[in-house]
Amino acid sequence: MKTLVIYLMAGHETPELASAVEAGGADVLEIGFPFSDPLADGPVVRRAAERALAAGMRTAACLECLRDVGKRIDLPLVPMTYAALLEAYGWERFASDARAAGATSLIVADLPADEQPELRRVQLVAPTTTDERIALAAEHTDGWLYLVTVTGTTGARSELSPALAPLVERTRRVTDVPLYAGFGVSNPAQAAAAAELADGVVVGSAALLAAEDGPQALEAFVSQLRAALA
Amino acid sequence: MYGAYGGRYVPETLVPALDELEQGYKLALRDPAFAAELEELGSRYVGRPTPLYDAERFASGGRRILLKREDLCHTGAHKINNAVGQALLATRLGKQRIVAETGAGQHGVATATVCARSGLECVVYMGSEDMRRQHPNVERMRLLGAEVQPVEFGTRTLKEATSEAIRDWISNVETTYYLIGSCVGPHPYPAIVRRLQSVIGREARKQALEMVGRLPEAVVACVGGGSNAIGLFAGFVEDHQVRLVGVEAAGAASLAGGRTAVLHGARSSVLADEDGQILDAHSISAGLDYPGVGPEHAFLRDSGRAEYVTATDEEALAAFHRLAETEGILPALEPAHALARALDLDAEVVLVGLSGRGDKDLGEVLAR
Repeated sequence: MKTLVIYLMAGHETPELASAVEAGGADVLEIGFPFSDPLADGPVVRRAAERALAAGMRTAACLECLRDVGKRIDLPLVPMTYAALLEAYGWERFASDARAAGATSLIVADLPADEQPELRRVQLVAPTTTDERIALAAEHTDGWLYLVTVTGTTGARSELSPALAPLVERTRRVTDVPLYAGFGVSNPAQAAAAAELADGVVVGSAALLAAEDGPQALEAFVSQLRAALA
Repeated sequence: MYGAYGGRYVPETLVPALDELEQGYKLALRDPAFAAELEELGSRYVGRPTPLYDAERFASGGRRILLKREDLCHTGAHKINNAVGQALLATRLGKQRIVAETGAGQHGVATATVCARSGLECVVYMGSEDMRRQHPNVERMRLLGAEVQPVEFGTRTLKEATSEAIRDWISNVETTYYLIGSCVGPHPYPAIVRRLQSVIGREARKQALEMVGRLPEAVVACVGGGSNAIGLFAGFVEDHQVRLVGVEAAGAASLAGGRTAVLHGARSSVLADEDGQILDAHSISAGLDYPGVGPEHAFLRDSGRAEYVTATDEEALAAFHRLAETEGILPALEPAHALARALDLDAEVVLVGLSGRGDKDLGEVLAR
């Protein structure tokens, strides 16, 4: 069965939303730690980050949120954030405090494989990534590789990116780690199409939009994605 | 890298483009045709060398204040030095579309200008607050054929405009060249911009020797992102007896009041809180209204080779009026900060980078 990864922004309502994600049948939950200047993010994640920061979701509060989520659900939890937060908190201290709070790994959206190579994290590769860099990312990654399906920022697209198939093909040639495709995967049809190529999918912006309508709506959306991947 | 500063803190999507840029830049540096074309454009299009001017009435008290007149460059500021050079690089890399950010609008105008000259498509991101306070430059960019994209979130100033320009580049990286306006951003941009702006310092050093027979005791420039300062300092950094003084806006003092943080692809000294979240900068001058600074300035500060001080909005305005009334020169509000501090330096000969002219600021000045 293909893996379903859902992204939520850290916030006061996140533990309740996380339960809905688990009930809907997701396998992994990413929790966004908001940053004021998120270069990799499109408008939906950016707006969620602005709201989270306005609600006081700084690093300590995000770690607390992670701990609360871990008490409620059994899914692997992966904080996703930006280098600025780790620079301020201390790179290794951030990783170890996140682990202590229940994180199974970490994603840093603006940290290519050759910056801070000793920090264990899920590496990202993109359609523009060269074969040499795919090999580097695969060698350093923590468990799975995050395949960025588009040359662009996070957020919905009208169709699944045609760049995914060649990216999967190039990546398969150098590694056996699971490949999960994200950025621009926003509905069950796109999820199904992406899962035909990759081992799993990551849904972020569309999950945030569903979460705006509450836990029930989010659970229903996650269930539809799950059904599409079955 | 500049000590602990610099680096490439960008999404993976951009890394191959940065590698390509670095390769293309290295090849260009080794190509005599590139240097010759840059030189030719400098003299016939930009108007180089710009004069060094002895501002006797502005200085007073027997001291000499020498102004490096980058305000006399084509388009009215030093920004054109960088835009001309990077447009040549973009063309060498085969890119037909240019994106840029702008604060005061000077870099946007310079970029629109070189794009018009080279027949390149040009998109400039500008915060809506800056579009309001630097409106003449918005009109200039449009007349030059550029598309000006308003940025309507966050502070609506240079920080957000830069983020949006980078997001555009991420989305169009295969066809698009990002023409950054200051010595900030991921490697190799800070090095490229420094190199292209170093013509200011090279000329100024030679001119000072000709004019006063010796080097100035201090060289002063305003610092937002820091490109005119890094270009001017480049001419004097090996002359250890010459003080290098950078002047930041008091409300945007990323060197005098910042901390080590990551912004727009590089680690530098940034106005940020203890969690690494970027703080808002505040300055009357849109060009200095930026919470970050080039990584080399952070390095020069830590090493002690350069010192960084601040000037308030009011001090900059007073210096603006003084230069207008004593010398018949309307400076931009950005270098007015440098002029303000130059007046109280304990030195017989001070060289100031007059990075741009003040036409764009008349609305802001007259509203006070």
